[in-house]
Amino acid sequence: MNAQNASNSASSDTAASRETTEGTVYTVTGGDWDEVVQSAAKADDERIVVNMGPQHPSTHGVLRLILEIDGETVTEARCGIGYLHTGIEKNLEFRNWTQGTTFVTRMDYLTPFFNETAYCLGVEKLLGITDQIPDRATVIRVLLMELNRLSSHLVCIATGGMELGATTIMIYGFRDRELILDIFELITGLRMNHAFIRPGGLAQDLPPGAVDQLRDFLGTMKKNLPEYDKLATGNPIFKARMQDVGYLDLTGCMALGATGPILRSAGLPHDLRKADPYCGYETYEFDAATTESCDSYGRFLIRLEEMRQSLRIIEQCLERLEPGPVMVADKKIAWPAQLAMGPDGLGNSLDHIKNIMGTSMEALIHHFKLVTEGFRVPAGQAYAAVESPKGELGVHVVSDGGTRPYRVHFRDPSFTNLQAMAAMCEGGQVADVIVAVASIDPVMGGVDR
Amino acid sequence: MSDASETSPGTDGTGNGNGNGTGNGNNVPAPRVSAAGPEVIGVRKGMFGARSGGDTSGYGGLVRTVAMPGASHRPYGSYFDEVVDELEGALEEQDLLPQNAIEKVVVDRGELTLHIAREHLVRVARTLRDDPALRFELCTGVCGVHFPEDKSRELHAVYHLRSITHGRVVRLEVTAPDADPHVPSLVSVYPTNDWHEREAYDFFGLVFDGHPALTRIMMPDDWQGFPQRKDYPLGGIPIEYKGAQIPAPDQRRSYS
Repeated sequence: MNAQNASNSASSDTAASRETTEGTVYTVTGGDWDEVVQSAAKADDERIVVNMGPQHPSTHGVLRLILEIDGETVTEARCGIGYLHTGIEKNLEFRNWTQGTTFVTRMDYLTPFFNETAYCLGVEKLLGITDQIPDRATVIRVLLMELNRLSSHLVCIATGGMELGATTIMIYGFRDRELILDIFELITGLRMNHAFIRPGGLAQDLPPGAVDQLRDFLGTMKKNLPEYDKLATGNPIFKARMQDVGYLDLTGCMALGATGPILRSAGLPHDLRKADPYCGYETYEFDAATTESCDSYGRFLIRLEEMRQSLRIIEQCLERLEPGPVMVADKKIAWPAQLAMGPDGLGNSLDHIKNIMGTSMEALIHHFKLVTEGFRVPAGQAYAAVESPKGELGVHVVSDGGTRPYRVHFRDPSFTNLQAMAAMCEGGQVADVIVAVASIDPVMGGVDR
Repeated sequence: MSDASETSPGTDGTGNGNGNGTGNGNNVPAPRVSAAGPEVIGVRKGMFGARSGGDTSGYGGLVRTVAMPGASHRPYGSYFDEVVDELEGALEEQDLLPQNAIEKVVVDRGELTLHIAREHLVRVARTLRDDPALRFELCTGVCGVHFPEDKSRELHAVYHLRSITHGRVVRLEVTAPDADPHVPSLVSVYPTNDWHEREAYDFFGLVFDGHPALTRIMMPDDWQGFPQRKDYPLGGIPIEYKGAQIPAPDQRRSYS
């Protein structure tokens, strides 16, 4: 390497560089960006291709951005994805339908309840039991999804703020998200990867104390949400960095299939909760937030407003919670295992084990058959879509009549929306790429699956 | 297995507006004649994964046909009749016989599926997008499905189109044989399909003709094979758990 550097004396003791057939390649790992720019300027080559990521802290996970820059202007921008591909869709085909939730919850790991609900809605459509899902299960699903929308938007705003250098917003966002994760942990036993929503209903009912904690949370959150407004909404630096950055108008959104806050920032109030309601959303009172600005700042405002609307929906959910079952009555489908809190955490309910082992032979047989083999789903295909915090999360499920999914495909909004990165960034500044990508809010677990 | 491309017996093969069998491109498989009953696309034998060796359980003799919902007859119900009527009318205006483009209409579980001959896919999609009475503005991408037993139509590409104007969803399904895995690209109509088609190519080997840059998107560029095809193994190693060996997921007992 030293021999190669000898011909390029400017960079010999700064950023590591090597000659390739494509030109000089510099490896930058810290604050030596200025030195690279200087030495590149001396190298008398106007075209620079920058690989940002896949391990760059401001690219939201292992996203690789390939930027062709001219000075500080981005002339071409492309994404390299696939660094987090884990073959979840293929894996689903080797597990039974119920085990599927354990996998899909890990796709977009910031919106686990949306993945689970969309998957379960698809499976229930195939089974033809959509109408038989108990009300309580549906209300809890909505409750969890709206809490999840809050936590996802909080991460988006927090990390987006951090990438601008606004570390206070980051601290605020994660502070409030922690409250939500505590509720998730109380209800499901886990902070993420819940697998709590199952085909037919829920894994179990709300634990004692959950409603009280939710009411406390609503009070706290109503105090905390205005802080984001005070801190950021009117902040001139924040606005200067966000306004007119990441511009994508309605035509661009429709062509590129962008949904969610990106589409609504172009002024179209398209929200699947209103347009194609599921889980009884048509009976809740809330508004779909829009702005006309088509930019990152508009998306930020929409996320703030959606968090307020989510709080409204959660309040309505709490009012509607009536005692009742949380799993479909059909014993050929309903997951038989019962969970209970034991001394070492959540585990099988001893009462249930006593029942199947001691008193009911049929219950034991059903338990064994359903847990080992699973239920059969009539052959066919179905498409279920939910409005995730990022946009339309669609699930295409195909069954061949067996106990395992034949094919499950997730149309993840992050995947589709990320395509808009080039349209938002080309012609802008390098620093604005960060803002634009943050406003897309891609989560690589969902993009790569 | 031999009856994989046959329809269920006893039907006359002339469903309403779906009777077909002529007017296709040379290398395109003849569409199945429509039948009212479910469509057999495969046969599974045995159970518990015991496909070879001595079978003392008797389960090895089990035979289960895999049948997808077959073509539907009018009225389709809901907004489906209107969508199909409008589409057929719009295609006729373009001098394309609807029965040549639409192989089959399936209404199942409250969803409308249009099976489209692949050579007419782009025209149908453009009509669905542009016709004011249809206006399916948003495509939610393409999903590949592999049916290795569905002879000469092994690879399916499934598209879901959403009309924000009218609040409707329609599913398009096209098929291609393994030997000729070509499907026209919809990127010219729905640019959002760019990455989706790359993904379907990456995982199923479906070649989307006319795509601006059809390369792998998830797997490494030099990857061999198409991982989500049914004949591609999942892989994995046996795991020891509490003293017992748990086989890899694709080696475990299967009830399907």
